[in-house]
Amino acid sequence: MARSSLAGSRIRERRVMLGLRQAELARRAGISASYLNLIEHNRRRIGGKLLLDIAQVLGVEAALLSEGAEAALTGTLREAAADGALAAAEVEAVDEFAGRFPGWAQLLSTQHGRIGQLEQSVEALTDRLAHDPHLAASLHEVLSTVTAIHASSSILVDTKELEPEWRDRFHRNIHEDSARLAEGAQRLVDELDAGQARDATVNSPQEEVDAFLDAAGHAFPDLERGAAPDAVIAAANLTSVSAQGLARDRLGRMAADVAALPMARLVEALRGLRSEDRADPVRLAAALGLGVALVMRRLVSLPREVTDDLLPAAPGLVIADASGTFLYRRDLPGFPLPRFGAACPLWPLFTALQRPMYPVRARVQMAGRSDGVFDAYAIAEADGAAPGWDEPILRTHMLLWPAEGAGEGANTPVRGVGVTCRICPREDCAARREPSIMARGA
Amino acid sequence: MDKTVLVIEDEPNIIEAISFILSRDGWRVATHSNGVDAVSAVGARKPDLVILDVMLPGRSGYDILRDLRAATETADLPVLMLTARGQTKDREMAESLGASRFMAKPFSNSEVLEAVRDLVRP
Repeated sequence: MARSSLAGSRIRERRVMLGLRQAELARRAGISASYLNLIEHNRRRIGGKLLLDIAQVLGVEAALLSEGAEAALTGTLREAAADGALAAAEVEAVDEFAGRFPGWAQLLSTQHGRIGQLEQSVEALTDRLAHDPHLAASLHEVLSTVTAIHASSSILVDTKELEPEWRDRFHRNIHEDSARLAEGAQRLVDELDAGQARDATVNSPQEEVDAFLDAAGHAFPDLERGAAPDAVIAAANLTSVSAQGLARDRLGRMAADVAALPMARLVEALRGLRSEDRADPVRLAAALGLGVALVMRRLVSLPREVTDDLLPAAPGLVIADASGTFLYRRDLPGFPLPRFGAACPLWPLFTALQRPMYPVRARVQMAGRSDGVFDAYAIAEADGAAPGWDEPILRTHMLLWPAEGAGEGANTPVRGVGVTCRICPREDCAARREPSIMARGA
Repeated sequence: MDKTVLVIEDEPNIIEAISFILSRDGWRVATHSNGVDAVSAVGARKPDLVILDVMLPGRSGYDILRDLRAATETADLPVLMLTARGQTKDREMAESLGASRFMAKPFSNSEVLEAVRDLVRP
């Protein structure tokens, strides 16, 4: 069937789908039923105002019925078929497919476009040097300067009996170049930071939900009052279906936690403890007769005013499964959690997995610029109801406090930890699994 | 020995270091620091070897190499390409255009010296 003849078939398809009689459509479009019949059987060409009128009655874009849209759509479909190495016989049926199932065809075409975009961004992310001219320029500058310094310094070291004027000259060159290198390195860092900001638009559902929880400060007054999680999610601006699904799981868990430990009871228990004991979730759980992990989760969902009133600081919390994958995060400044890849195995979060149900307490120092000290409480507990004879699924929790405001005296031993090996400057670490890009020395 | 090397590179301190090393090794060194008229500089100096940076102001080292290879008098001239990016793609590009040798920054002085000695047998 010729491609141009398909507008009629599509009109008929659409009309039948709407349950509209031929006579009715003809009347509303201002033509006779027999003429519409000819059009629908592709015996008469259709265009101009009549096409617009019929499209309006059918509630579709005229372009969808017209040849132009059809050509563009089938063009994309043919492309998709070529990429997918579809059998020739199937490709021949593209007009029929697009005509009979316009919605599906449009979906396929849109997705084909989307795949193209995604392929591009994947390529851009894997080869940023080629796609990011600023980054390439900064890197070129740094490498050139390093080369100049390297060349000059090896002349100074390797040349026997170097004349003083030459020696002074190369010293001066190294001095100049090192200043340039410092600037260049700073620019490179800025470029990488900017790149990170750009990449932030490529959000995973997990990141979207994390951002949503952060924006709410992890406190949901509606949930505390007994509202359904779905009501809270409906008000949230979550784009993807998977992000909504994730949020439903997170908030569903929070609602269950609220039911198990209402805020009033938690606040009362906190007031019952000496202020220096309130940061200890194990003590708090014992006072309440409840699980430690539950208490940890509830502590981070307290509203700001309660936290300011009763707690030494706003605590951070990480929850991970046994594979080490983060399921929940409430960041604490100075204790960064890696966005990609695994974290430092020395974290009490993971130590706790070695002895499920036993709480772990450690004072840790995060390697890095700030070298912040934190008091960490961790526990791994089985998730959900009794699993019967099935293996329990463990979830490990780590509650974090800035050390100056919490915990015991200064003579507590401090465990050195990092964020993740790649960016950890700690040398001689028995737990190191890959070299650091920040390691000092060669 | 009395052979001439033309260094086409825009980093003054790299030029200085390479010039120093090569002249200590007995080479005559000429330098040129922009891409626009690099080809005519080669024609005028008639060097025995060219050290050519890829990223030059005004004109890419690849374009210069293409011109050199197209002209009969420089078609066989040994050319050592320098680049700040050691990616496979750049290496392939340099090779397909007929570079005699390819070196990624940062390189060491001895590597340069070795390459130059290798490419121009006295």
